[in-house]
Amino acid sequence: MKSLAELQAIKDRMKDRVVLREGVDEKRVVVGMATCGIAAGARPVLNAFVQGVNEAGLASKVSVTQTGCIGICQYEPVVEIFEAGKEKVTYVKMTAEKAAKVIEEHLKNGKVVAEYTIANYKA
Amino acid sequence: MKELSLNILDITENSVKAGASLTEILIDEQADIITITIKDNGCGMSEEVVKKVTDPFYTTRTTRSVGLGIPLFKLAAEMTGGSFEISSREKALYPSSHGTVTKASFNKNHIDFTPLGDVASTLTTLIQGHPETDFYFSHKKGEGEVTLDTRELRAILGDEVSLGEYEVIKWIEGFLSEQYQSL
Repeated sequence: MKSLAELQAIKDRMKDRVVLREGVDEKRVVVGMATCGIAAGARPVLNAFVQGVNEAGLASKVSVTQTGCIGICQYEPVVEIFEAGKEKVTYVKMTAEKAAKVIEEHLKNGKVVAEYTIANYKA
Repeated sequence: MKELSLNILDITENSVKAGASLTEILIDEQADIITITIKDNGCGMSEEVVKKVTDPFYTTRTTRSVGLGIPLFKLAAEMTGGSFEISSREKALYPSSHGTVTKASFNKNHIDFTPLGDVASTLTTLIQGHPETDFYFSHKKGEGEVTLDTRELRAILGDEVSLGEYEVIKWIEGFLSEQYQSL
């Protein structure tokens, strides 16, 4: 049974690590979570990024956040990746499977997955 | 929306955007009727705005002039022969008791009933995205109940560890799934 004592143990384990993390995000993953995004399947995409980034050990370098309507509802689920000094990358029609590839290639190895970007999207 | 849990996620995002420090998500299943209530202490809306929010061509967003969140939730309820109501008190008129209550009832046995879906995932998504605000969740079914109160968790985690930390989210996931097994 999950207990509050277990949560206390998580806190004790984490509190030192959290301080180290602040302000060092190299990349920022932003998932559109307005009505359009949610209806198109953004929730599993967001969860795939949260889980994948943590399991790949990238949590200290990559943040995963949510935003409202980006304005291109027909391409939802939309994921934007921001990196200092680089142009924003917009991935469209995302799925949890595509997220796994973006984590592996883009977030881990710095190589944009061109085939999923809005520039290469074919209706 | 394929699941009512996605409507809940969508409507609760409105509460967070309205500046709510606490949003209550209440699901009550009794016999054939399932009632979903989302209650927040956000900035509220004027009477005039409340009248318009169920109109798909009304929206607060600026990227386009169609807002489907509330109309879709209302439609999902009405398709089952259920009901929908929304009431609000705006901050300017009710400085100490402002906020919005959205309530929808569904007939579970109706052929057009949308399944509730993965409510736990909706909660973890909300907490991950808005770790600074509080959520109270209760899902009652007959005699049983699943609950989660982020204020309790926050009291344990203190200021040092965010509710949005992956390990905390994983714990919440487990905490909810264990409770759901016995609901």
